Amino acid sequence: MSKSLSEIIVGEKVTVEKISHPYLTTKLIEMGMHAGLKLELLYKAPFGDPIAISMNGSILTLRLDEAKFIQVCSSPL
Amino acid sequence: MKIALFGNPNTGKSSIFNLLTGLRQQVGNFPGVTIEKKTGVFNTTKNKHQLTDFPGTYSIYPHSKDEEIVYNALTNSEHDDFPELAIVILDASNLERNLLLFTQLYDFKIPLILVLNMWDVAERRGIKIDVANLQSHFPTTPIIKMNARIGLGKDRLIAAIDELDYKVKKDSFIASSFPCLIDDKEAQNEEVLLRYEKIREILKDVQHEKTSTKNTLSRKLDRVLIHRFWGYFIFVAILMVIFQFIFSLAAIPMAWIDDSFVLLSNWVDHQLPPGLLNDLFSKGIIPGIAGVLMFIPQIALLFFFIALLEESGYLSRVVFIMDRLMRPFGLNGKSVVPLISSIACAIPGILATRTIADWKERIITIIIAPLMSCSARIPVYTLLIALVIPKTYLLGFISIQGLVLLALYFLGIISALLLAIVLKKFIVVKNKGFLIMEMPEYKKPRWRNIFITVIEKVKVFVWDAGKVILAISIILWVLATYGPSGNMENKIALAKKTEYYIHTNEVQKQTIVSSAKLEGSYIGIMGKFIEPLITPLGYDWKIGVSLIVSFAAREVFVGSLYTIYAVHDDSEAHQNLLSHLKMAKKEDGSPVYSLATGVSLMVFYVFAMQCMATLAVVKKETKSWRWPLLQLVIMGAMAYLGALISYQLLA
Repeated sequence: MSKSLSEIIVGEKVTVEKISHPYLTTKLIEMGMHAGLKLELLYKAPFGDPIAISMNGSILTLRLDEAKFIQVCSSPL
Repeated sequence: MKIALFGNPNTGKSSIFNLLTGLRQQVGNFPGVTIEKKTGVFNTTKNKHQLTDFPGTYSIYPHSKDEEIVYNALTNSEHDDFPELAIVILDASNLERNLLLFTQLYDFKIPLILVLNMWDVAERRGIKIDVANLQSHFPTTPIIKMNARIGLGKDRLIAAIDELDYKVKKDSFIASSFPCLIDDKEAQNEEVLLRYEKIREILKDVQHEKTSTKNTLSRKLDRVLIHRFWGYFIFVAILMVIFQFIFSLAAIPMAWIDDSFVLLSNWVDHQLPPGLLNDLFSKGIIPGIAGVLMFIPQIALLFFFIALLEESGYLSRVVFIMDRLMRPFGLNGKSVVPLISSIACAIPGILATRTIADWKERIITIIIAPLMSCSARIPVYTLLIALVIPKTYLLGFISIQGLVLLALYFLGIISALLLAIVLKKFIVVKNKGFLIMEMPEYKKPRWRNIFITVIEKVKVFVWDAGKVILAISIILWVLATYGPSGNMENKIALAKKTEYYIHTNEVQKQTIVSSAKLEGSYIGIMGKFIEPLITPLGYDWKIGVSLIVSFAAREVFVGSLYTIYAVHDDSEAHQNLLSHLKMAKKEDGSPVYSLATGVSLMVFYVFAMQCMATLAVVKKETKSWRWPLLQLVIMGAMAYLGALISYQLLA
């Protein structure tokens, strides 16, 4: 099921489908994000925002405002 | 030879820079942008080299005006910073992402050395890298394994610089035309995706990951340090410990610096024949320098702690938990450190805003930073508190004077946040702020890196603040020494006729004369000129003079009162000044320093932008006079209104 990265819960593992941020897409791509990449939501900051995701063995932080432009689907177990 | 250092953020680039250059480094700016440019020199067996540390980036393509420096320096071989050799630092534990920048640099066909740094982290994570295989894909580029944090691999790197074949012809990593135009985001996305595809293909044979042993310690620490309660609790506790240290520990060297400069200026006073030159040195230049150096202990200590937290990886956790709280104010999680630094001194605080990628969030942080009560306000606060706040205790142990001091700090912080909300509404930008940041793992701090950071920050403060404060001290000295012809002589003659003068001792006589001279000088005239403007705040012309002189630096306020009230500066000067100020009467016989005037003055000092050095730094950082002037006007208005309201309410 397809949803945005801002909607997933802590511990959830997902695969990136599409990045469509109006002006930060290049930045996200440069940091190594791409369709097919597996992500895991490691933790949310207090108040639920920003979030920290595990990506390629490193930790990336995003505000929900940025995460909502990243489309993901649940990874098959 | 001109050598450049490139690499992603958090790859140990600055460790390698420090390792090669040691203390032989300078901090400046890349032309036209506010990105810090660190340069340094070092020697190899064959040559002397100039090393430039480029800002950490993931790609050569810029996302802000400031980041264009990397693109511009590389695409124009006439550029001053165009390197003859580029050393590219890669985090061995994250090869895929780090290779992107490397392959871009590779396609510029400049001579390269590839450093695989943080080898130990990669091993700990169970990552095996087949260096020979990686080498086969980039045959003309030497690959060096390093562990810069503990100094491993320096000799190999230096040898590689000497042995490199600078003439060899290189192939391309990707065939398409490179580089893309700076604005063509579509083409850049395509290029980056293409590179990543090729990189992943290569890495299939180069990199072998055993069952990834995640850094469990880091995760466990994070569970506590970003916890919704413990996270904030620990952060506040750390801050309290830091400030406790700064205020108690720094007081000792500060007093020492102060005393030695008083001795020095007395010595100069005795050595040089009386006259203008003597005066210029003993009353202008030396106290001016002392006023700058006095603050070094506090600034050095604060930056020691900040560097320690930064090195350990903790600060990015602070950014993470503070971001949501700062956002309603138009600020960023990264605004926290600059604002805390500003409690020591706004200048390094404002320089620290460079880490905030979003322009609007950065400019708001810069504008509100000077509202944090800096160390230069402490002498003013303590004098005024001692003067008008009774030395009594609430419930027998809570000092009222201490509470007032705390209230002044909070007044600054709260008004800074309120101002931020207002600015957020008025500064309009196209794009929203963002926080895309890599969180580094926790690491043991390296003392050498911390030491170098502290030295750098102190150097910046002494230089940036020093030159402005010194220049203004000299100007103020001139204004206080000269007056319209005959004016000063008249005042002196008048003073000499008073009963008090005739009956007092020689030392007092001298101080009375200098007080009278000041009254007749240009600055005394200026004080009288602004008197109608500041009477509603509860001030007289003498306070007016002190306000004017504190435009150089706030702490000058106290020193100027010594002169105005003709208190001889000796070991009992502080007590003498206090009793003089308490005795000062208005024409109607009421005391000048009533509670209302004292509070009004404190409020004035909380708000007023009385620091030319800060204004100069804001101008430099924002590349326009618009922001410092705005700051001067807003804070001036806040100071005037705040002081007016407090005086009128209390009087």
